[in-house]
Amino acid sequence: MTLGRVVGVIVATRKDPRLEGSTLLIVKPVAPDGKEEPGYQVAVDTVGAGNGELVITVTGSSARMAAGCKEKPVDCVVVGIVDGMSVDAPR
Amino acid sequence: MHLGRVIGRLWASVKNPGLESQRLLLVQPVMADLSASGQVLVCADTTGAGAGELIYWVRGREASFPFLPAEVPSDATIVGIVDELHLGEASSDPDSPLPPDHVRRGQRKG
Repeated sequence: MTLGRVVGVIVATRKDPRLEGSTLLIVKPVAPDGKEEPGYQVAVDTVGAGNGELVITVTGSSARMAAGCKEKPVDCVVVGIVDGMSVDAPR
Repeated sequence: MHLGRVIGRLWASVKNPGLESQRLLLVQPVMADLSASGQVLVCADTTGAGAGELIYWVRGREASFPFLPAEVPSDATIVGIVDELHLGEASSDPDSPLPPDHVRRGQRKG
């Protein structure tokens, strides 16, 4: 899984029927210290994440194992909202 | 599978139901010489690894297999704690390109 920050939402009226009712978020990957990493992800939301929240995303075929994503054409899903982190060891 | 170092842990109370009661750890992937390599990951854990420990982890769909028959949406899971890592042969050779402490023990706590 990767850490990311929700930076936007996608509105799409024409999409695969199996994606209807799904919220699509734009997620910017971040490091544990909050520093942004390159690139963006478009992820299906399963937890009700909002703009600016720190989230966990799961990618690849594991994403389809998330509850609510079975047999949907998705490869990136927001599966958690981060409450806190502790970094104990130096990188 | 890949080597990594546990550098911390993470809490999330709002989670996909599949991730309920899973420990989530922050892992820095490392090379065989234990230098950091790439971005920090969030890994599910099947081993009870703690901060600072050298572990190996599996990525992709296979990362959900340790939890079967439960369907856990994980794409990175810690599946082992490294006790010892032996890299190369020439431990006493001063000209070896390997670091002198190329045999390391895990740092199990408690």
